[in-house]
Amino acid sequence: MSHGPATEWKKDNSASIKSKLGISMFIVYTVVYAGFVIINVFSPSLMAMDIGSMNLAIAYGFGLIVFALILALIYNDFCTKAEKRLNAEAKENKDGGKGK
Amino acid sequence: MNYSPSAWAVIIFLLFVGLVLGISFYFARKKQTASGYFAAGGNIHWAVNGIAFAGDYLSAASFLGICGMIAFYGYDGFLYSIGYLSGWIVALFVVAEPMKRLGKYTFTDALDSKFNSKSIQLVAAISTLLVSIFYLIPQMVGAGTLVTPLLGIAHEWGVIMVGLIVIFIVATAGMASTTYVQFLKGALLIIFSLVVVFLVLSRGLSTAPDAGQQKAYHEFTTIRVSEVTADSLKVEDATYQFQKIHTSKTHKFVELTKNSVTSYWLLNEKEGILEETQSIVTPEGGTALYNGEPKASGKFYPVGNMSVIDGKTSDAGVGKMNAFNFIETIKEGTVIRWSNVLIKDGSTSISLYYQVPTAGRDILKPGLKFPLDPSKGGTTTTRLDFISLMLALFLGTASLPHILIRYYTVPNPAAARKSTIVAIASIGLFYVLTLYIGLGAMTGGVLDLSNDNMSAPLLAKSFGIGIFAMISAIAFATVLGTVSGLIVASSGAVAHDLMDRFFDMKLSDKHKVMAGKISAVAVGVVAIVLGMVFKSVNVSFLVGWAFAVAASANLPAIMMILFWKKTTAKGVVASIAVGLTSSLGMLLLSPTAFSKVYHITAVAPMPFDNPAIISVPLSFITLVIVTLLTQKNQKDKKALKA
Repeated sequence: MSHGPATEWKKDNSASIKSKLGISMFIVYTVVYAGFVIINVFSPSLMAMDIGSMNLAIAYGFGLIVFALILALIYNDFCTKAEKRLNAEAKENKDGGKGK
Repeated sequence: MNYSPSAWAVIIFLLFVGLVLGISFYFARKKQTASGYFAAGGNIHWAVNGIAFAGDYLSAASFLGICGMIAFYGYDGFLYSIGYLSGWIVALFVVAEPMKRLGKYTFTDALDSKFNSKSIQLVAAISTLLVSIFYLIPQMVGAGTLVTPLLGIAHEWGVIMVGLIVIFIVATAGMASTTYVQFLKGALLIIFSLVVVFLVLSRGLSTAPDAGQQKAYHEFTTIRVSEVTADSLKVEDATYQFQKIHTSKTHKFVELTKNSVTSYWLLNEKEGILEETQSIVTPEGGTALYNGEPKASGKFYPVGNMSVIDGKTSDAGVGKMNAFNFIETIKEGTVIRWSNVLIKDGSTSISLYYQVPTAGRDILKPGLKFPLDPSKGGTTTTRLDFISLMLALFLGTASLPHILIRYYTVPNPAAARKSTIVAIASIGLFYVLTLYIGLGAMTGGVLDLSNDNMSAPLLAKSFGIGIFAMISAIAFATVLGTVSGLIVASSGAVAHDLMDRFFDMKLSDKHKVMAGKISAVAVGVVAIVLGMVFKSVNVSFLVGWAFAVAASANLPAIMMILFWKKTTAKGVVASIAVGLTSSLGMLLLSPTAFSKVYHITAVAPMPFDNPAIISVPLSFITLVIVTLLTQKNQKDKKALKA
């Protein structure tokens, strides 16, 4: 059977847990992004609503950018921890594949 | 508007080109392997790669196109910023790590890693080439558009110059030199955008912006008229002679002459006045006149100002602002925007620009470019078009070949992930800045109505020639960087996917590098030719094409291979083929293609411009259906192997 992929996966034991987390965070972001598109399409006047010195359109737009970064940092933190924990055995074999 | 090249712009540009060529020479001296050429040997640091992502992604379309669109349409231009940034979430959470884990040099590698299928190699390589070329065209056209005002040379020479420099960068050291050029450019772009925004906020807002005391703001006047009929009227200022009335779909324009100079005025019947417009009159086969005089006279005024600030209409202004009260002051005030209408007078075309005072509240919410509100011209079609655009921007990023190959330049999947996060942080910051740069240009009295792409460089010019020179050089570097990335992606598709794998030419490492270099030169030459052929086509329109085609052809295949174990090679091939042809077909039949590319008035068969809302689901459905139909084959094959 296919040896190639099997050894590839062994190198990173955290791959499947990372990908599950990735998918769920992707869904969360997609929902928030879809919310932005839906408000624009079905209730454009709502976008003019005041939020402090800005309005909803700008606050939501900036929010989407900042939210992307926050999710990305949380994801990275989680992934780095998972890699350390689950690849501990691989490290002992000195093929840990850590970058510079 | 008349542009004179600035010596500083030329010097800084030449310094930058020298630096870029130096980097290429430096990397070319090292011994080259295929992995070194196509993937920079996989040993780029993730932080460098992250900024290089920003360099790759923030193309001329992002920098010039988005700022220009915000300067002319307000918030609707910013929608592109939001969509382009959000696309990175798909790249980070779904694509980054598997792409690095499964592939070697190209995006086709990753798609094909499970199957080793000739058909996948072929269609994925074709898709890479097509998307890259679509993306190349606007970059090259952009290069040509930039050189005339910045360096004072003709469009064609700009295209040739950029083409040759890029061919040199890529053919010497491939992905390694490309990466460092991107890194340099990405970093400079973000730093100088921050500087420009800081200057915009320090200068503040004014009802008569004087472009940094360089040029007094031209006060547009009005003239009283009486006895208005369908084809005549009486002008109260006797120095003007009435000529005739031109009628557009929505407005009436009055042609007057004074001292034998022709001018055009918007008729405001309600108030009995004529409002000054700006005009570009081009007789068939003749030279264009700007406000009745040759371009060199400089009578085509830079525009863009607020007419009401804090309730005051004249001599009002606020200095030293912050990111919040800048937005608030625009929101509570009124901005003068300019609309354009084209009128035919016999064989002469008259392009007229007239003032449209627009409430700040409308500037800062969607609707001026994409009408969504039914009370302001929104229809089901415009709404579907909007959803489709936002879908293409969201899904397109993670399907662009020149972005995907950057995942092979880092050592491991963790580095791929980290570099994506650096990319999100830097690109996100840049896109926040675009809103301020765009609004700064909109209200700063610097806009050239005949060229919205120049809004950001012209804003920089109002802060002094040094900043202008730097921003101009960066704009060039932007084109150089993105084009070299695209050419590496295309040369990988030709040398690695097609020659080595599909045609089984079994190239040695050395020959593969050689094949890659020759392909790079060939693609570079094709890009130069296309840059000249598509000279007059709108740049951001073509970038939209590339995103829509990439999202439809590549993304369904990437996602399903990663997350649906049953996916078969035939399903992948069918999905790419259907996504590619359906999105391309719909684009070629779209209303914008009809009016802006073929220049015909016939009604386009497609009701809207952005195909993603149909072609992306179609590509997914095709993959699922074909995969389910070919499951039996798969099982048979497995049984045979066992």
